Amino acid sequence: MSRGRGFAALLFLALALVLAFLTLPIVAIFVRTSPGELLSALDDPGVVDALWLSLRTTLTALAIIVVVGTPAAYLLATRTFRGKAVVTTLVELPLVLPPAVAGVGLLAALGPAGIVGGPIEDAGIRLALETAGVVVALTFVAAPFFIRGAQVAFASVDRTWLEASRTLGASEARTFLRVAIPAAAPGMLAGLALAWGRAVGEFGATLIFAGSFRGRTQTAPLAIYERLGTDFTAALALAAVLVVFSAALLLTAKLLGNREVVDAAR
Amino acid sequence: MLRVEARTRLGDFELDAAVEAPAGGCQAIAGPSGSGKSTLLRIAAGLLRPSQGRVVHGDEVWLDTATGRNLAPELRGCGYVFQDYALFGHMQVWQNVAYGLRSLSRGERRRRADELLERFGIGGLATARPATLSGGERQRVALARALAPAPRALLLDEPLSALDARTRASASRELSSVLREASVPALLVTHDFTEAAVLGDRVAVIDGGRIVQEGTAGELAASPASAFVADFTGAVVMTGVAREGAGGLTVVDLDGGGSATSTDQRTGPVALSVHPWEIALEPAGAHAEGSAQNHLQAEVVTVTEVGNRVRVGLAAAQPLVAEVTRAAVGGLHLEPGVRVTVSWKATATRLVSL
Repeated sequence: MSRGRGFAALLFLALALVLAFLTLPIVAIFVRTSPGELLSALDDPGVVDALWLSLRTTLTALAIIVVVGTPAAYLLATRTFRGKAVVTTLVELPLVLPPAVAGVGLLAALGPAGIVGGPIEDAGIRLALETAGVVVALTFVAAPFFIRGAQVAFASVDRTWLEASRTLGASEARTFLRVAIPAAAPGMLAGLALAWGRAVGEFGATLIFAGSFRGRTQTAPLAIYERLGTDFTAALALAAVLVVFSAALLLTAKLLGNREVVDAAR
Repeated sequence: MLRVEARTRLGDFELDAAVEAPAGGCQAIAGPSGSGKSTLLRIAAGLLRPSQGRVVHGDEVWLDTATGRNLAPELRGCGYVFQDYALFGHMQVWQNVAYGLRSLSRGERRRRADELLERFGIGGLATARPATLSGGERQRVALARALAPAPRALLLDEPLSALDARTRASASRELSSVLREASVPALLVTHDFTEAAVLGDRVAVIDGGRIVQEGTAGELAASPASAFVADFTGAVVMTGVAREGAGGLTVVDLDGGGSATSTDQRTGPVALSVHPWEIALEPAGAHAEGSAQNHLQAEVVTVTEVGNRVRVGLAAAQPLVAEVTRAAVGGLHLEPGVRVTVSWKATATRLVSL
């Protein structure tokens, strides 16, 4: 055997190990318990509540992220201003922040004794340990995924398209709505898919800031954790649902990221 | 009338120039790349604010840095044709053309867009995506889109440079008829003097951010103010109609009288170009025995020294220019009013279809 082939074999071995290690847990979720058992475990009202809450809170968080994040990303992509690099870094910080730190930070800021939480509570709005608190935690951890994707997508829109729109009588706002957003849509949707994936899997920040109360703040990942000791099959069933959902999101993001595939599908 | 005056710094480049297009006329701005010509268009359209400057359309002030007035691009009503056309890729062709027509109903916008596309001979492409179009088709869509909202001025940035040589001839013909019909002032930017001469009523030559000379193409070629203009203006351009001649040559009946022979194969309306240094001058009436096929009688109009050469501007049916040495000027007693015979070879005669 030549040395070159020996090296190639080593590369393949490394990849095989990576693949086996990364997929084994996912395969195990589906093979350890029969599909029938998994499906019947989904009948448990607690499981359904957790999934329903996850859907509601993640969609609410995404709506907030899109409405506020899209213009913010457009500004970051199309203008230069002093301190822009710092602003961009601050926006991206939650990407690398440990979720527990995010949770503690949210408590310190928006909790009952937090620096902003007190006045908010006086106004009659409770966030900590409430469903609204879940939305806050999800928005915090997922927003940078969307904003980054949208910023890159806006930056890659041909500047002369925006200029052409202006010379054709469209204001800056109309240019944003009619040209920039449609042109950046695939990249924005890819960012949105990643943000949704991050929000659905959120655990630490939610647990610390909103707690784990069934039907109120117990999202699917928290429900999995609670059932580990009592009803492992139900935990697996929830996990299986999240795996399918996350895989679908990843596939969507990949397809949207690959413009040729998107254009061919049109 | 559209007048643009601007002084501005972009990096280590300084633009300090003024150009003016009359109502219904096309002012060409010709210069090498990086000379600041596109920047002038962007300032005219309001896409760039110069540190000092004025943009005036008729009696309306669009920009005056002295008073702080700066009309937004969307309120200026400029039909802008971008160098790479900048068609909206996420819209169909007709939606691109109708983009500037938002005061109309959807049906009316579609009808107006179809009408314009029909006029440019691409009615069948209304529902196509820009990515599927050829260069020539894109150029026509860009032109139709710029004209749709009835612009108050036309700004054309290298409208032909993205086209291949064959498409360029027909696109140039179409563009010049559009410019003739348009009753608004037009500014056209190009790096090609021949293009500027064919499409512009007058030509401003820009170099290093400054207008170095302005006049008709004939004036610039005949009496260039500097060696740069002399080199840049390059060829003499005449127009005529080409037909097949004897011996596989092409005969061009020049507009205004006279004819010339070329080795290029063309028929129909053409622009004929020849470099001034290919043109020889002899005393009037002398019929040279040499190999030159083309002879015209002309009168000397200008004699301009450019470095060690002399440019001689000549009036025949169409203006032309010869470049000779100082010794030749003395030998032939060349001065305004003197009549000469102009000759050049058929092989030095380039033809471009119009």
